[in-house]
Amino acid sequence: MIDPLFLQAILGGCGIALVAAPLGSVMVWRRLAYFGDTLSHSALLGIALSLVTGLFLTAAVFLTAVVVALTLNGLRRMEQVSSDALLGLLSHASLAIGLVVIALIPSARVDLFAFLFGDILSIDQTDLWIIGVGGAAVFAILAVIWRSLLLATLDRALAEAEGVRPGLVEAIYTVLLALVIATAIKLVGALLITALLIIPAVTARSLARTPERMVFLAMLFGIAAVIVGLSASYLIDIPSGPSIVVAAFIGFSVVFFYQLLLRRD
Amino acid sequence: MEPGVLVELSHAGRRENGQWLVRDVSLSIQRGEIVTLIGPNGSGKSTTVKLALGIHRATSGSVLRARGLKVGYVPQSLAIDRSLPMTVWRLIRTSGEKNEDAIKEALAAAGIAHLGHADVHSLSGGEFQRALIARAIARAPDLLVLDEPVQGVDFSGEIALYELIASLRDRIGCAILLVSHDLHVVMAKTDRVLCLNGHVCCEGEPQSVSVSPEYRALFGPRGAETLAIYEHHHDHDHGLDGGVERLVHRPDGVGAHAHD
Repeated sequence: MIDPLFLQAILGGCGIALVAAPLGSVMVWRRLAYFGDTLSHSALLGIALSLVTGLFLTAAVFLTAVVVALTLNGLRRMEQVSSDALLGLLSHASLAIGLVVIALIPSARVDLFAFLFGDILSIDQTDLWIIGVGGAAVFAILAVIWRSLLLATLDRALAEAEGVRPGLVEAIYTVLLALVIATAIKLVGALLITALLIIPAVTARSLARTPERMVFLAMLFGIAAVIVGLSASYLIDIPSGPSIVVAAFIGFSVVFFYQLLLRRD
Repeated sequence: MEPGVLVELSHAGRRENGQWLVRDVSLSIQRGEIVTLIGPNGSGKSTTVKLALGIHRATSGSVLRARGLKVGYVPQSLAIDRSLPMTVWRLIRTSGEKNEDAIKEALAAAGIAHLGHADVHSLSGGEFQRALIARAIARAPDLLVLDEPVQGVDFSGEIALYELIASLRDRIGCAILLVSHDLHVVMAKTDRVLCLNGHVCCEGEPQSVSVSPEYRALFGPRGAETLAIYEHHHDHDHGLDGGVERLVHRPDGVGAHAHD
């Protein structure tokens, strides 16, 4: 008999992997990995906020990520500070503030480890609903903005000349990213969310000839990583985040060496 | 705006961080007209184009565009990140054109009918520019805007590209706004040349601009002597698909050598 809690985690994880694929691919194309990291680290600040105010966890994490993202976009216009330095600053500051606040709450019996690295048993039915409804919303919005987002990724001036507002699509993308980070934090943990977004997309790159094909393959690799990773996490009792990321990395390595062999022939 | 005018800039200028990038540009582009902007680097050519396209707002003067104007734009030095997988076909589809026949026609018009399924990352400079041109014309534009379209293209490819651009006006009936910092290159088919250096130095037909004192002051007598006006000659060159293409003439003798 399979544990229903385990099935719940698998289902939720696959849902997250599906949504992570298009967002992760865009992250790779636009070189936003560090930006994604900053948003994920700010999730810890969101957790702290939730503990202090009693706000619903996912909502608190989502709000914090959106605020940090908007702050970044605003600060990025000042050109005296390079954007990677700015990301480094906000990324670690939000992580550190989150850790400090959580440590200062005496009453909170918080499993910090679970928030940092994910916990397979923390996914409940509410989370499944959030992943289902939120995931559908993310896909619907992505379908509407996809061409504009792709154009803005190719070239901002080109997009603008053809009537697309790159700033607007980029802002929408950021909000969707914040939403996925908020839903993925229980499963993968604040430190490893970016890996779930990026590794499947990078694995898919060399096998794909069009953007959509890359997204589709990233979905498959993501789902495979979640299933393998969560099974390992369940069977040998390791935290789910690292387990999923290691599975994704093994997938990447297999594809990488397969490609190397192909090229030698 | 008079009928037949696609874009009209009157005394338009753009100021950023307290500095004028370009000012007092008056320019109107009629349907079916070829206009070339030339000028040294930093003379405000790209800014002028961006004003005309509405990418930048004018800080002074005004810019008017015909209602429903469809623009095909080939930006300067577009580089697709290698992490983004893309075929020529898919690139053209980002224009919003989904009709297969229209895409095939655009590929053929750009002279790359055989490259539809090629990976954009494997294209040569000239092929990539043609792919971008195919993308721009797939939208069936009223106005085709090309910002330095021959950058990164070798010399024979450059001539073939100018030949192609000139042919597009007749083929799809669009107006063309062409930007070049290469002073040697002004197409014979250009109706009007605007010479920019932060403002409009001089303008007129290619022949008259090359002898105008303002042009000579800006580029020196040597620049004036080498302002080449490409004209058709009956030499030929081999196109990308191996077929024979006509080669245009370069007065200093390069590329216009006799074949036998």
